Amino acid sequence: MLTAILTGFLFSVFLVFAGRFFKGKLSILASLIPLGLFVYFFQFVNRIANGEVITRSYEWVPSFGVNLVFKLDGLSLLFTLMITGIGFLVFAYTSSYLKGHKYLDRFYGYLAAFMGAMLGLVLSDNMISLFTFWELTSISSFFLIGFKNTSRPSRKSAMMALGITGIGGLLLLAASLLFNNITGTYSISEMLSMSEAIKGNQYYWLGVVLIFGAAFTKSAQFPFHFWLPGAMKAPTPVSTYLHSATMVKAGIYLLMRFTPVLGGEDIWNTTLIIVGGITMLYSAVHTVFRTDLKGILAYSTISALGILVFLIGLGTEEAYVAAAVFIIVHALYKATLFLVTGIIDHQAHTRDVTKLAGLNKVMLPVGIAAILAAISSGGIPPSIGFVGKELIYDATSHSELVVILLITAIVLTKIFLLYAGFVAGIKPFTGKLPEGISEARMPNFVMWAPPLLLGTLGILFGLMPFLVEGPIVKPLVAALGENPEEIHLRLWHGFNMVLVLSAITIGVGTALYFILKPSYKLESAIGKLEFISPESILKKFMAGFKWASSYWTRFFQNGYLRNYVSMIILFTVLMVGYVMLGKTRFVIDYNSLTKLTISEIIVALVLIAGVCYTIFTRSRLAAVVAMGVIGWSICLIFVFYSAPDLAMTQFSIDTLTVILFVLVLYKLPKYLNLSDVKIRIRDGILSAIFGIIIAALALQVLAEPVNNEIGNYYADNAYLEAHGKNVVNVILVDFRGADTMIEISVLSIAAIGVFGLMKLRLKMSDRNRYQDK
Amino acid sequence: MEILLALMIGVLYAGGIYMMLRRSLVKLIIGIILIGNGANLLIFLLGRITKGSPPIIPGDANVLTEAFADPVPQALILTAIVISFGLQSFAIVLVKRAHTVVKTDDLDEMNATDEDS
Repeated sequence: MLTAILTGFLFSVFLVFAGRFFKGKLSILASLIPLGLFVYFFQFVNRIANGEVITRSYEWVPSFGVNLVFKLDGLSLLFTLMITGIGFLVFAYTSSYLKGHKYLDRFYGYLAAFMGAMLGLVLSDNMISLFTFWELTSISSFFLIGFKNTSRPSRKSAMMALGITGIGGLLLLAASLLFNNITGTYSISEMLSMSEAIKGNQYYWLGVVLIFGAAFTKSAQFPFHFWLPGAMKAPTPVSTYLHSATMVKAGIYLLMRFTPVLGGEDIWNTTLIIVGGITMLYSAVHTVFRTDLKGILAYSTISALGILVFLIGLGTEEAYVAAAVFIIVHALYKATLFLVTGIIDHQAHTRDVTKLAGLNKVMLPVGIAAILAAISSGGIPPSIGFVGKELIYDATSHSELVVILLITAIVLTKIFLLYAGFVAGIKPFTGKLPEGISEARMPNFVMWAPPLLLGTLGILFGLMPFLVEGPIVKPLVAALGENPEEIHLRLWHGFNMVLVLSAITIGVGTALYFILKPSYKLESAIGKLEFISPESILKKFMAGFKWASSYWTRFFQNGYLRNYVSMIILFTVLMVGYVMLGKTRFVIDYNSLTKLTISEIIVALVLIAGVCYTIFTRSRLAAVVAMGVIGWSICLIFVFYSAPDLAMTQFSIDTLTVILFVLVLYKLPKYLNLSDVKIRIRDGILSAIFGIIIAALALQVLAEPVNNEIGNYYADNAYLEAHGKNVVNVILVDFRGADTMIEISVLSIAAIGVFGLMKLRLKMSDRNRYQDK
Repeated sequence: MEILLALMIGVLYAGGIYMMLRRSLVKLIIGIILIGNGANLLIFLLGRITKGSPPIIPGDANVLTEAFADPVPQALILTAIVISFGLQSFAIVLVKRAHTVVKTDDLDEMNATDEDS
């Protein structure tokens, strides 16, 4: 099974090297890969129908519980068959649709990688690998949607799709981690057995929200739906593949996969019903306002996804059956219509539905395919669409919630979907052939055969619903944790309320088709409401975010060293100050302090005076001398408090520094007065507070007990082991000898640097360049 | 004395930070040196100060027996003093060099790498 998933990726890598030989007539051979995979997965149908679940496990990162576990059950099977089956037709179709395209090999590469990712997604039983494949579908679909990379709208749509679905992917990762925290495993099968524990957990709602976030973004649910119409900028085979059978169904798959784990609670079902309901009605109505064939199909796709989410939300066995059938229905008719649209676009060079008519005169097989699909999409008997619609109505009318409202919503949706199907499938193929497209010709076989095959299947499954009942629907419902024994798909359900609703749908929908013609007037009418659509709100938000982040960056990263320093200091002051004020008791044990002598007070005063003088003097030289005074005061403190080595070092180093400073800097001019009083006061206050905090901190630390263990160790062993009596020296040259050696090398590097800088002479040209300024 | 030392440390830090916030390169170096001195004193103080008993083993003994100053902070500070000298000398020469090349001591005029800015 791993091989099956990797085939797509391997083929895609293979094309990187062998792509040149693959662009011509050979390109149709690419379709052998999905065909082979389809056959491979098809052989499992019988075993799955008998209730078997096929699992393959490969170790990946066992130490984190992340393994490649693939599980083929009823749910996965339907999706794998759709991915590979429709994939086969799309691969074949593309070889003609993009014939002679410069980057045909690249296109196949993306498509194959995408197929591999989708297969991995629907087969993964481990949440981390599920997430990985989920992201891979986002990434490979980014390349597919942006395939026409010279067109700006195309690139923008690709970015939008990647952005929206990518965010969803991150939410899925968060959900994985959360569930792993609750259950201690990444395996979805194991989570299934711990369903109660997850539902009882206080963070159950968060997990549901995260899963919803992932599914709704991927499956284009309101208000995240807008990336899908944008993604129509892609070549039509991509739209066919992504939107009828694969990418957008991934969200549906995720919801179905997690239904047995998370479902059954109010928050799960109600949210799905509301979101699905809004999405299906909102976008079904939107189809009326489109004139681009692909636009109509895009919105009807969103609407169909809304219906699926809605059905999952209903959460009854009937609803699951309806959803299973509707996935098949939708995949068949939507793929057909997309392929037909591609043919129209390819042959007649327009997708404007107001200009299309009478094409059946030049391309009859295509017309038949389209009309069959329209029948299925409208739910007219004897298509599988009719079976699906009956089941949907049946499931809705048995829901325990506000039935009237839901029935109204679903019937309205179905009416508009029927309208959309008719506009896309029937209108271009009836009536008189207009002048503008009269030169359109019959496409070749590999283009018209796939839609005709799919369209015919839609009717065939309707006439013989047992073809999908046993192998597909029953195992799928079983995978959702329901008992599939009672399921019987039938074309004829007898006279009942559902049939009445069907009749109303078909009647009103057909009437709507004849009354309401797609026009530019309607399209521009909806355009006026664009400013409150989620898409423009998101765009405004993005613009605002960009502005805010650049403002933020410019404020903190402004290139002035002192601003960085003051930010760091301010932050430290605030954090440390907050903790100290809140938690510390300022207690000083005066008895434990060392007694003051008069000489120490004088030294301290000299040091403080030195610091003040260094800061306030206007002469560089005076500042340097004052620094020398500070250094020597510190030197005296070392003398008073038993550190003769330090005193000697400090004395010599300080003297050296002063000499160096004077030698090097005496030529420089006086300080310029570079800042005004306000800034100085502000900086002064900031540094004063910092100084106070450091002093207070030091006193606080003194109140803590001290551990002298290390010091005692050195003191005890200095003579016995290292034969030296000055303990400090012994530490430096013996115990920590290696450190000292490295220190010496650092010093030598500094010395080399100093030497180099002193000796470096500027070239005449460089000197002139700077003097010009 | 500890309170006095803490006060001195505070003054050194405050002065150092103040100098670092100035626009002059030379003042920046002075600021760094002041903070360095403050840090040395801080380590010294936190290692607890002891009067008149350096960590030197008397000629006739093998180990230190009486109370003695902790040698570890002293070793640390010694290293720090020497290293900061390396830093200071390099920085001073660098300032000098920068001044000969770009004729300014003002950091704000140095914050662009482009020639024509």
